[in-house]
Amino acid sequence: MSGSAKNPDLHAALRSTGFRGLLRDRPIVPLMGLLVALTAVIYLARPEMVTSNWAINIVRQAIPLSLLAACQTITFLTGGIDLSVGAVASMTGFLVATLVSRTGLPAALAIALVAGCLAGLITGIGVGVFRVHPLIMTLGMSLIVLGLANVWQRIMVQTGAGVPAQLRWLGTETLAGFIPASMLVWLPIMLLLLFMLSRTGYGRLLYAIGDNPVASRLSGARSWQVIVVLYVLSALIAGVAGFLYAGLTNVANVNLVDPYVLPSVAAAVIGGTSIMGGRGGIGGTILGALILTVLGSLLSSLGFPEATRQILFGAIVVLMAAAYTRFTGES
Amino acid sequence: MTSASTRAAAGRTPAVGALLRRNAWSLGLMVFLFALLAFTKAINHNYDATGIQNLAISILPLAFATVAQAIVVISGGIDLSLAAIMALTSTVAAVLMKGQSEPFAILVVAGVLLLGLLIGAVNGGLVVVTRVPDIVVTLAMSYVWAGFALLILVRPGGGSATWLKEILSGSILSEWIPKAAVVLVVIVAGTWIPLMRSRLGLSLYAIGSNRLAAFRSGISVGRTRLIAYMLAGFFCALGGISLTATTGIATPVPGPYTLNSVAAIVLGGVSLAGGRGGIVGPIIGVLILQLVRTDMTFLNFNTDLATVLQGVILIGVVMIGSLLEIRRARA
Repeated sequence: MSGSAKNPDLHAALRSTGFRGLLRDRPIVPLMGLLVALTAVIYLARPEMVTSNWAINIVRQAIPLSLLAACQTITFLTGGIDLSVGAVASMTGFLVATLVSRTGLPAALAIALVAGCLAGLITGIGVGVFRVHPLIMTLGMSLIVLGLANVWQRIMVQTGAGVPAQLRWLGTETLAGFIPASMLVWLPIMLLLLFMLSRTGYGRLLYAIGDNPVASRLSGARSWQVIVVLYVLSALIAGVAGFLYAGLTNVANVNLVDPYVLPSVAAAVIGGTSIMGGRGGIGGTILGALILTVLGSLLSSLGFPEATRQILFGAIVVLMAAAYTRFTGES
Repeated sequence: MTSASTRAAAGRTPAVGALLRRNAWSLGLMVFLFALLAFTKAINHNYDATGIQNLAISILPLAFATVAQAIVVISGGIDLSLAAIMALTSTVAAVLMKGQSEPFAILVVAGVLLLGLLIGAVNGGLVVVTRVPDIVVTLAMSYVWAGFALLILVRPGGGSATWLKEILSGSILSEWIPKAAVVLVVIVAGTWIPLMRSRLGLSLYAIGSNRLAAFRSGISVGRTRLIAYMLAGFFCALGGISLTATTGIATPVPGPYTLNSVAAIVLGGVSLAGGRGGIVGPIIGVLILQLVRTDMTFLNFNTDLATVLQGVILIGVVMIGSLLEIRRARA
């Protein structure tokens, strides 16, 4: 897993006009093409399915997934990964649903986010200060969060849980007939992340650490501080995604978001972010999440049983990642 | 003359010291394991040979998964599809053995082991040919293998040959030597020792330690990685067969073996960066993980807190390991 030379000047020099260069420098364009192609396939297979309602539904499902995938993207940039997003997101959704009746919504949201931040802080300290491998640290952290959420569930079993109406509105309602309400939360976060990655010193540090940890240390980056902040940020975004998932499904469950962890990794990979660090961005990730959601819709619309859908999903993800690596010549 | 003799003398003492130092982690684990056994005996006076036999049987699937993971990680990769491969091979074995004659089951076992090699070859082939990171390929392939398991068997079912069950239950020679442990030791030692004495074994460590250096010393990196994944598939098939044999049926849903195998190898002193570690440490790691769980049931520990404790142990062990490494690097 040796890191190849990936410095920006070299990239600029290598910037070429062909399809390869396009895929490497502007992954958004071919991903858009793929998205359109997938939609076209659905349209050919089931023309009556492709309606504006269908499109709104796809976007509504892709919104929380793209938030989880954003967590993967920013951690991938430094060469890390965050597999605790599922546990953290389920936990925040569950906490709000159990707390809201006694503390009110704002306090419940705040408590849930603080709990998420705490998990992120510990993960960040483990990865940044103690140099624990991010895979292990986040897997271990998801065990801890899941266990504690279960303990909490046992304590709160008498109170019962209900997803507050405001979150349900956020997860399922539509504004002006075509904008999912969850966009209200999603758009500011994504704009902030885009700004952070492209315009701030912190964003540049994320790329620098992933590209070459030694060089970034020698040029004065305090990588442990960057990494602690990074995992807190990731947990925060995952926490918000947890609210949206709870609202979307109207379910409060400590395992609610677990099935979306692997798709979130896949979305970031398809979106062109390198798991080795140093290359990628949020734009591709959002498209990756959309593509995966459309793919899921396609597979279920063709009437395949669950088993076949799983097989095709896995195979297509490998194929897309392989095609990407082939055309860009990078991994 | 004098310098030569002092060098010889100095060379001899460090030889013992080096041997101790090289196996310090495994020895430490061994001490910890015995302390844990003593603790188990202290909290439950009825813990005797039957307890040891149960321990040996219950660790079998995870032990095989851990050997598989150790081989791949030593060669510089990681396999996140282990549990799915085990589910698939277990299902195939159970379906083919149900209602068939005892000798036919020998054929089934041989066939399933071949299937394991084949599955591993597909994983490894994809990793080598596509050059997509191991993590992404095996994550996506875990969907594929789990999907196939679901295609074969929708709900738990199938059967196991009687001789297969008997080969694993009970004890041999003395009641303190469980048959399951003998089977494990014979199979693992029977593959590991010849492997370590061969060029292939050295190549596995070489490509995990420094892929470029290994390539320039004339090792076929691609072929070695492929073989690592095939060996992993083989051990997963053994794990799958042992699942069928110990439970009498097969479950088409992957168990928690992927995560636990990563925990066990890290606990056992295998570096996730590749190239370092052995097979004895990880197996002791499996024993420790299982014994901790047994003790928690004896102590009537809340299962949720047990999950938390498992995460804490996982992170704690890795933290200690990496702290030791950082200190060694500074010294």
